[in-house]
Amino acid sequence: MVERRRTVHDIASRKLRGRKIRSSIYIGFIVSAIVVALIPLGFIVVALLVKGAHVISATFLTATPVQPTLFDQDNIGGIGNAIVGSLVVDGIAALMAVPMGVVIGLYLSERSTRTATILRSVSEIMTGLPSILFGVFSYIYIVTWMRGYSAFAASVALALLMTPVISKAAETALRDVPLSLKEAGLALGARQSTVTLKVILPYAFPGVFTGVLLALARAVGETAPLLFVIGASIIYDWNPAHPSTAMPLMIFNYAGSFYESQQAAAWGVALTLVVIVFALNLAARFVAARMRREQY
Amino acid sequence: MEQNISTGGSTAVLTAPAMRLRQVGVAFAGRTAVRNVTFNVDENKVTSLIGPSGSGKTTLLRSLNRLHDLTKTAVVTGDIYLRDLNVYGGDLPTTLLRSRIGMVFQRPNPFPTMSIYDNVVSGLRFNGIKDRALLDEAAESALISAALWDSVKGRLKAHASTLSGGEQQRLCIARALAVEPEVLLMDEPTSSLDPVSTQRIEELMTELKQRVTIVIVTHNMQQAARVSDNCAFLLMAEDRAGELIEFATTEKIFHNPDDPRTLDYIQGRFG
Ligand SMILES: Nc1ncnc2c1ncn2[C@@H]1O[C@H](COP(=O)(O)OP(=O)(O)OP(=O)(O)O)[C@@H](O)[C@H]1O
Ligand SMILES: [Mg+2]
Repeated sequence: MVERRRTVHDIASRKLRGRKIRSSIYIGFIVSAIVVALIPLGFIVVALLVKGAHVISATFLTATPVQPTLFDQDNIGGIGNAIVGSLVVDGIAALMAVPMGVVIGLYLSERSTRTATILRSVSEIMTGLPSILFGVFSYIYIVTWMRGYSAFAASVALALLMTPVISKAAETALRDVPLSLKEAGLALGARQSTVTLKVILPYAFPGVFTGVLLALARAVGETAPLLFVIGASIIYDWNPAHPSTAMPLMIFNYAGSFYESQQAAAWGVALTLVVIVFALNLAARFVAARMRREQY
Repeated sequence: MEQNISTGGSTAVLTAPAMRLRQVGVAFAGRTAVRNVTFNVDENKVTSLIGPSGSGKTTLLRSLNRLHDLTKTAVVTGDIYLRDLNVYGGDLPTTLLRSRIGMVFQRPNPFPTMSIYDNVVSGLRFNGIKDRALLDEAAESALISAALWDSVKGRLKAHASTLSGGEQQRLCIARALAVEPEVLLMDEPTSSLDPVSTQRIEELMTELKQRVTIVIVTHNMQQAARVSDNCAFLLMAEDRAGELIEFATTEKIFHNPDDPRTLDYIQGRFG
């Protein structure tokens, strides 16, 4: 035994040097990979700030757009209507996607039937589909059915995009709920549905909520699914049945504009959007960390 | 009253068994884990289940409140009665059955998302009770019974996870008691606790048995000897299925058991 212990220690100390060298090589790789990945991100952020920051003002964020003319090129109004449009479109999308995603996540976490397996595959495939296809779907079914473009049609497209993201996050979070808690609930005489509502969902809430915010962050920035279902609008309009517009569409429209003032505005919208997405991401992290801390 | 009557046995009506097990068996995916267990759980007594690891103590205990219903591969055979109600015969809904037979698990499992107060009254709320006065009263009385009131009365709104392990287990006992069960099942309730907490919970059991019938699984021989009135000894048969070797008063099991295997186990000769 003592023999073996000595051998083990000898080998361990001889290998230590090699391990140290290898470890520093790996760390070098990782650091350079991170730097390479961060360089383009840095360029984007700098470009956004340089070209977009000066455009943003209170008027820019609240006014409605004005079509510039050759004689008054700099008067472009604001993007208030697009902010409202994004709020309406993304809000309604979330209203549809959150319950659907959570219910699907619940089903996937509780059952291991063939239906569950198929549903899981479908939902994974949906996560990978080009987002424009959701726009196509919404055009075929919603726009045709409602006989016109609308914020609601855009919401449907985005809800389809968000649902699989939320259901994935919900499934993962719900699977992490310890069996002992479910048993504790049932052993007190609770029905299964009560346990789900009062024990399982509250426990999984931080994970589900993070998933919702991440899905929202993705939806807020999407242009493709909206392109041919949302129509256009240059006024404040909270009615989801009316045509509308959204921030990413403003970027799309302004970026190709003839007027330099509108091209600059595209940068401004982009910067606003990045700030919103960044805030959503931060909030997701913050909420998750905070709630986890409270639970333990 | 009832507790004044000695174990003489002439007063059959008053000391009617709280539960009866008749040829109870449990199998998982066709493999028998427990077979042919028959004994009575006497009212206001502590009944302990002892036996080596894998002899089916937990499995048997969980059959009493139908917790195996969650496991699709599990099949329970034989008959289990709560009073004169057939537990598996559809005489009462499972939720109602489980509010009459409470359970305390091996590891403390308070609901981490709830406060201490919410944990204690959770069983009542799950069963549809909303009356604030009633909940407050039940919470206080359950916490007093679980010897936890004095240390938590000032922080009922605090998260349950801020309690120590021993306090958490007593919280789980309070949570089970708040529903006012007739029978309390305890699966090695002190195995994750330190000696002081263990002693408190053992003392608690002796007090509690005046209002609730207790069935406890324990690995600790001294504990079984200290707290229980009756004792069931389980052992694996050739095919590793648990069988009831002997059921008797704790006194008898520990001093002159009928079966030599019981004596071997008590004296630590195997298991
Ligand atoms: N859900 C299950 N599925 C399959 N087999 C199970 C299941 N639960 C228990 N068993 C089997 O039943 C047998 C008895 O297990 P049980 O947990 O009841 O033993 P125990 O006496 O409580 O042991 P311990 O003292 O270690 O807690 C074991 O062989 C175990 O593998
Ligand atoms: Mg066990």
